[in-house]
Amino acid sequence: MSVKKIHKEQPETFKFNDKSMEAANKIVSNYPDGKQQSAVMALLYIAQRQNDNWIPLQAMKYIAKFLDMPYIKVYEVATFYSMYNLSPVGKFFFQICTTTPCMLRGAYDLVKVCKNKISEKENVLSEDGKISWMEVECLGACVNAPMMQVNKDYYEDLNDKKLEEIIETIYQNKIPTPGSYSGRINAEPVNNRKTLLGNKNA
Amino acid sequence: MLRDEDRIFQNLYNDSGADIESAKLRNDWNGTKEILEKGREWIINEVKSSELRGRGGAGFPTGLKWSFAPKEVGSRPHYLVINADESEPGTCKDRDILRFEPHKLIEGCLIASYAVNAHKCYIYIRGEYFNEGQKLQTAIDEAYKNNLIGKNALNSGWDLDIYIHYGAGAYICGEETALLESLEGKKGQPRLKPPFPALIGLYGCPTIINNVETVAAVPTILRRGAKWFSSLGRPKNTGTKIYCISGNVNNPCNVEEEMGVPLKELIETHAGGVVGGWENLKAVIPGGSSMPMLPKEICDNMKMDFDACVENKTGLGTAGIVVINNDQDIIKCMARIARFYKHESCGQCTPCREGSGWMWRMLERMAAGEATPDEVDMLFDVTKQIEGHTICAFGEGSSWPVQGLIRHFKDEILERNKFDPVVKKNKNIPYLVDQHLLEKENA
Repeated sequence: MSVKKIHKEQPETFKFNDKSMEAANKIVSNYPDGKQQSAVMALLYIAQRQNDNWIPLQAMKYIAKFLDMPYIKVYEVATFYSMYNLSPVGKFFFQICTTTPCMLRGAYDLVKVCKNKISEKENVLSEDGKISWMEVECLGACVNAPMMQVNKDYYEDLNDKKLEEIIETIYQNKIPTPGSYSGRINAEPVNNRKTLLGNKNA
Repeated sequence: MLRDEDRIFQNLYNDSGADIESAKLRNDWNGTKEILEKGREWIINEVKSSELRGRGGAGFPTGLKWSFAPKEVGSRPHYLVINADESEPGTCKDRDILRFEPHKLIEGCLIASYAVNAHKCYIYIRGEYFNEGQKLQTAIDEAYKNNLIGKNALNSGWDLDIYIHYGAGAYICGEETALLESLEGKKGQPRLKPPFPALIGLYGCPTIINNVETVAAVPTILRRGAKWFSSLGRPKNTGTKIYCISGNVNNPCNVEEEMGVPLKELIETHAGGVVGGWENLKAVIPGGSSMPMLPKEICDNMKMDFDACVENKTGLGTAGIVVINNDQDIIKCMARIARFYKHESCGQCTPCREGSGWMWRMLERMAAGEATPDEVDMLFDVTKQIEGHTICAFGEGSSWPVQGLIRHFKDEILERNKFDPVVKKNKNIPYLVDQHLLEKENA
């Protein structure tokens, strides 16, 4: 389940910085005149990016004014979609996919590692405050199961040992490389490729 | 096995790069202008006679869908919307098209928008595919630079603008009307149909919505001819399809194959076989988690296309094949899918909002062996109460897989769940029996 609890300590004001403002104006111009409400999802992302990966209530109010729409409509959108965090999360936000295709290949081993190495409960920061984790529903990389998303990046073909290594890397202030951890390329069958071999060898 | 030259997605594994130069080497953007010059009628008829069916799950004929758009643009503009909100568990084909074959998609957008009279195209990508979206954006920028899209695209006199819209983690937004709601900046809750989006869609304007794979296949079909495409597969189930094989197989992978390829061949040849051998197979979910699972006996001789799946009381869906072997607890697997649906229900219709939670809780108890035998029929009844009583197809999507489990594995559930309430066993405990019944007995 996503972080849908409104955080107790809210900042008093929120304003887009120049970079966010530029991005927001560009997004709004993608939609027809008078349909600027369409940009609300993108603007919430921009606010989330600016504010350390979570959205305070003031940001929703600000966006409502920005797009000339009722505050409650922005609130509705922010609470409906699971990718908007309404409470702070770790700088490295681990999202472990545990839906059936990943479960079949051992996603719950990854959850166990998270419980041991990060925090006993979901959405609780690790001791040094860098990482938090949660279980999520299908992330759409089923042939690379089990997998997880950390912020924007996918880490695929994991197992408990590899996940431990990733966590250790982060604790040592390094950023682990995203992608497959079994050495395979994208979604091709390991050592068993029978199609498009002409392209591969070209 | 399908010949390599008949595969549409030559760069499925990214052997040669997704940029425009490499894409042109793969024949993308070759003769697109000539295709447009042949006119709307010709394009729609060619797609119709290729018998291409939508690859997003429902399998609706694409040419027919395009012909529903009004022939003349009235006071309201037309829109083309591409559904890249791929969230069905077991499916990850669109991701590879977005990453590695973006130019096929953009070219398809140009042709499709010309065919349905649209000057604006929105591509709705699920929020988690941020990197994939960035790659697509790079390709769109390349296309603008080369005048492949934009004002007077390819000097054909047609204007087209393509925009990316990111979702934010709601499975329901893959449903076409929910996707439109989300595009308009609202909660993704499906609309009642009719009116269908082809007449009243995005911002109340005529809108055609297609899946990524469908649109990306169109340019190749038009280049090579509808005859070539319909010669693959069998009538009404023509062409090729990307299959995603995941779960308990030795080499899970995406692979493009002919429609109607035997399921066993897919698993054995491409995915390296079931873990523990074919005999160790328990069940297969053939088309993403919404489609009922099939036991091994059916999988032995099953062909993978729309109609063959329907004959076996399941569906091809998105062709996300999830293989489950004997080492797994099948009831637990199903309970996890039910939890997915409980989490993703948008909450608009009561049968789905409440029923999906019921199904999950009942299945969890059945997996733990805490249910009574007659609860199995009760569960089946719950699925029937959801199916057909909701605005969108999510109701069917959440209840069909449970029905599939009960249809094929009822014995296994019954064997595990023998819990009998105390009332039945000890009928004569006075305080557990209704007093009026006692009186009757005494009478």
